[in-house]
Parts: sequence; C-alpha cells; structure tokens
Amino acid sequence: MAIKRRDLLKLGGLTLIGTAASAAVGGVYTKPQEALKGSRWALAIDVVKCKENRATCGLKCVEVCHSLHNVPSIPDKKKEIKWIWEEKFEHAFPEHEANYYLNEKLHDTPFLLLCNHCDNPPCVRVCPTKATFKREDGIVMMDYHRCIGCRFCMAACPYGARSFNWIDPRPFIAKVNPEYPSRMKGVVEKCTLCYERIAEGKIPACVEACPAKAIVFGDLKNPNDEINKILKERIAIRRKEELTTYPSVFYLIG
Amino acid sequence: MYNAGKVIIFIVVLILFFTIPMWLNLGRVEAIPQPELPKDKTKCIESKEYMRAYHMKLLDDWRKQAIRENKHVYVAKDGEKHFVSLQKTCMKCHNNKEKFCDSCHNFVVTHPDCWNCHIAPEVAEKWQ
Ligand code: SF4
Ligand code: SF4
Repeated sequence: MAIKRRDLLKLGGLTLIGTAASAAVGGVYTKPQEALKGSRWALAIDVVKCKENRATCGLKCVEVCHSLHNVPSIPDKKKEIKWIWEEKFEHAFPEHEANYYLNEKLHDTPFLLLCNHCDNPPCVRVCPTKATFKREDGIVMMDYHRCIGCRFCMAACPYGARSFNWIDPRPFIAKVNPEYPSRMKGVVEKCTLCYERIAEGKIPACVEACPAKAIVFGDLKNPNDEINKILKERIAIRRKEELTTYPSVFYLIG
Repeated sequence: MYNAGKVIIFIVVLILFFTIPMWLNLGRVEAIPQPELPKDKTKCIESKEYMRAYHMKLLDDWRKQAIRENKHVYVAKDGEKHFVSLQKTCMKCHNNKEKFCDSCHNFVVTHPDCWNCHIAPEVAEKWQ
C-alpha cells in the first residue's frame, strides 16, 4: 500500500505534537523546604579567637572544606588548588602596611582567606560564558559545566580567590567524597559558600568545623541575624575595600 | 555486457566487503545492550518510557535548575519529590555505571563527559 503525501504529512505532524507533549510532561522544580533562607549570606571571622586557638585547631576549616569538596592537594605551588587558606595579615592586607604602628599587633596574625562572595564581583562581570554568576542570596557561584577555562575571572579577582586546574586533579585527591563531583583539567574553581549544604539546611562546612566557633555565618539583610549584632559590636575590616567590590567576608579584629 | 563474468564477481565481492559488519554479527544477540537495572527498585522517578526517551533532557534540566536556579527539588509527575543530584540521587539506585549507563552509551558510541567530574560509584569504591 502506497502512503499518500497527505497522510505522511499528517503522520509527521502527529509525531511532532507527540514529542512536544511528552517532553513537556516532566515534573516541576522547587526549593527544598529545609533550605536556609537568606538575601545576602556573609561570614564574620573572629581573628582574635582564630589566633588564640590556632596552635591546637589543626586548621580544621581548611581540612574539612577541602576533603568535602574533593579539592586536590597538589604539591607544585604553581598548580595548587585552594578554596580556603591561611595567610599572614601583612600579605592579606598589604595596603594596611602604611599604618604599621597602628597595626603592629596584627602582624603575623593568621587570616583565613577565601572567596569573598563580593556584592559587586568583578569576576562575574568579565566571565564571557556566565559560568560564574551571582545568586540572589549573594553567593558567587561556579557552573563548571559552562567554564571554558579562559581565566578572565582569575585576572579580574583582586583577591586571588580562584584556582585553575592545570592538570587532572583526581590523582591528587587522597580520599574522595563520592557525593560531590571533582573538577577536571581546564576549569577554574573556588569556594561556593557550600551552596549544596545550604540547600539541605546546613551551615557552611568551615563554620561547622571550627572548634573555636571563630567563624559566624549569617544573612546581612536580616536585622535579627546574629552576624549583624556581632558586626555592630566589634571592629571589622574587609579586604581591599577601596576597590568597592563589597566583600561579604568580615574580619573581626577588635 | 563486455566482460560480464568479471564485473559480476567484482560486484559480489564489493557487496560482501561492505556488509562485513553484518556477517560478523550474524546470529549474535549480545551486541544489543541489556542495561542492568537496580535490583531492589521497581520504579524510577518517571516512567520507563519517559526515562528512555528523555533522560538526557532531564539531566540537563537538573543541572540547570540546581546550579543556576537554586532549585534542588524535583517534583515528579506522580507528585513524589526527589533531590536534584546525579551523585546523591540517580547513582544511589543505578549503582553500577558500567552495567547501566555504559552498556547503551558504548553501543551507540555516545560518550557524555559527565564522568570527568561526577564520580561513578565503582570509581569511588576503587579510590578508597
Ligand atoms: S573574591 Fe574574587 S572570586 Fe570571589 S566574588 Fe570577589 S572577585 Fe569574585
Ligand atoms: S564556605 Fe564552604 S566552600 Fe567556602 S570555604 Fe567554607 S567550607 Fe569551603
């Protein structure tokens, strides 16, 4: 039986409608009920507490963060990947050197550095693929699916918060967390403020891990949040404030 | 036809040559993939037919919704909720990538690069 042109077209139309309909029947997406809610997440790091406990804490924050997120330990400094790390005051705040006598007591004090989740992030502005972008809650995200490894963001970030994968990181991950992906050669990575834990209602891992409770996590836009109380009572500084990137990481120095 | 005998033999040889793959696979059924389903589960998040036809679209939606839209819950057609995660949700049931995903993907020579970053259960096991 020969099929008529008319029938063939009809069949084709039906198939198309069928495909469109079945592709559309997938489910809907929502936010988990238990997810933490905030409009601008921030960290306040108590430098005084951090220094007092530094001898005994074993940098638990770094250890937990890096093992949870499959961050490789690459011995070659040029290829190193870091999400959160320790730096001396004079390296973290070189511009404060001019005030040497004022800041003398801070010298050699350890400062924990990480992505500042800036309110006005230059890294986001320069990314040609929008692989890095700012979420409505202030988290500066990395979408590794879209990163093309151009490293514009690294050039733009004034805080050196981003690392590039020059080599396959997998051989340098001693113990893997099978619930979190690793990255691959050719993408840029950084701290994402534990967005995956926030979705499950948990606070960032470094905050939870610190034995001295030196890191406080909270929502700057929520006046009742503990972080706002602390920022009102204490003296806080932020890195390179003169650049107007408005970092969301505050260092409590007094 | 001039030189008819030679031409016919040549044509036959040519046909045989181009159908080599067919002859080599003659009677071999195991070439057709039989993905191994999770043993203790009877249903996936959506119907079998839907998953067969659209798992790639669904996974693509999942990654966009979770990473870009901050929506981490998928409400399936039957109303059941699932956490949007390849490693925490899909691979918990489909705990053997080689016997499930790869069996078809190899057959149709499709090699998605998910596994450059996402960690298959058997890879994680070898790691420890
Ligand atoms: S610290 Fe650097 S990487 Fe992080 S948001 Fe600011 S500019 Fe971007
Ligand atoms: S907030 Fe999360 S990702 Fe960022 S440094 Fe702390 S543990 Fe690591």
